[in-house]
Amino acid sequence: MAFRSAVITFPGSNCDRDMAVALEQVSGAAPYRVWHGDSELPERLDFIAVPGGFSYGDYLRSGAMAARSPIMRAIVAAAGRGVPVLGVCNGFQILTEAGLLPGALMRNAGIRFVCREVGLKVETTQSLFTAGYDAGQVIRVPVAHHDGNYFADDATLDRLEGNGRVAFRYAESVNGSARDIAGVLNEAGNVLGMMPHPERAIEAAHGSADGRALFESAIKGLVET
Amino acid sequence: MKVRVHVSLKNGVLDPQGRAIQHAIEGLGFSGVKDVRAGRLFELEVDASVTDAQLDDMAAKLLANMVIENYRIERVA
Repeated sequence: MAFRSAVITFPGSNCDRDMAVALEQVSGAAPYRVWHGDSELPERLDFIAVPGGFSYGDYLRSGAMAARSPIMRAIVAAAGRGVPVLGVCNGFQILTEAGLLPGALMRNAGIRFVCREVGLKVETTQSLFTAGYDAGQVIRVPVAHHDGNYFADDATLDRLEGNGRVAFRYAESVNGSARDIAGVLNEAGNVLGMMPHPERAIEAAHGSADGRALFESAIKGLVET
Repeated sequence: MKVRVHVSLKNGVLDPQGRAIQHAIEGLGFSGVKDVRAGRLFELEVDASVTDAQLDDMAAKLLANMVIENYRIERVA
């Protein structure tokens, strides 16, 4: 059966096309494109992607307005039913603002927008999204963000670490994130938020194809189960 | 009636913007500024029927991100 995924587009999203191309290349099926003002998702989705960009011009806080848009209520409900949700960059910010993931993404510690390829250490392979990597493997994936400085209180950070919910950690200094956290999972493991862009690293022409395994393992895992 | 909602970073949350502003103040030749914390001020024009509880709800659900921020509500006659 064809893989059924959806890519959400908000006003100001700019990585939605890249995400759609990545999902189509890896799964063989074009994702549904869903507008922020829609209040319902397509039925029987296997995967939802909340892409990067500058939704609503980053008004109020990055991701704050998008997190309160009609489609997010449907996404929160779908995540609660166990549908895998991937939020990248602004998508990660939106998922934290929507309460699907703990913590918040603050202005980079160095104040500047950071746009470059970085090393990411795979911290757990016990998730749908990271099963295709080796534990401790360092992959190369681009980042492009101004507000990627992950913050959560110590108790929350300890809980995330203790439960294997830190998916990726920066292998180098990037934005001042607490404990160099680059990506976190929700408690059930079906929601991943990450600042780096795996969809921009899926073929050799991108300079790195290290992001491809994330989509491959998610799609393969879903098709097999 | 006018309501002001002051949003500020919680203690212990680092404020890179505040630090940059502090450096800029020093760059202008002012001395003696030990720390700067940047926040936001929202001015709401509301009906008198809007309750404190509703304002609280608005602030906690949208105006402030309770993971990193606190808010204070002030009714201005």
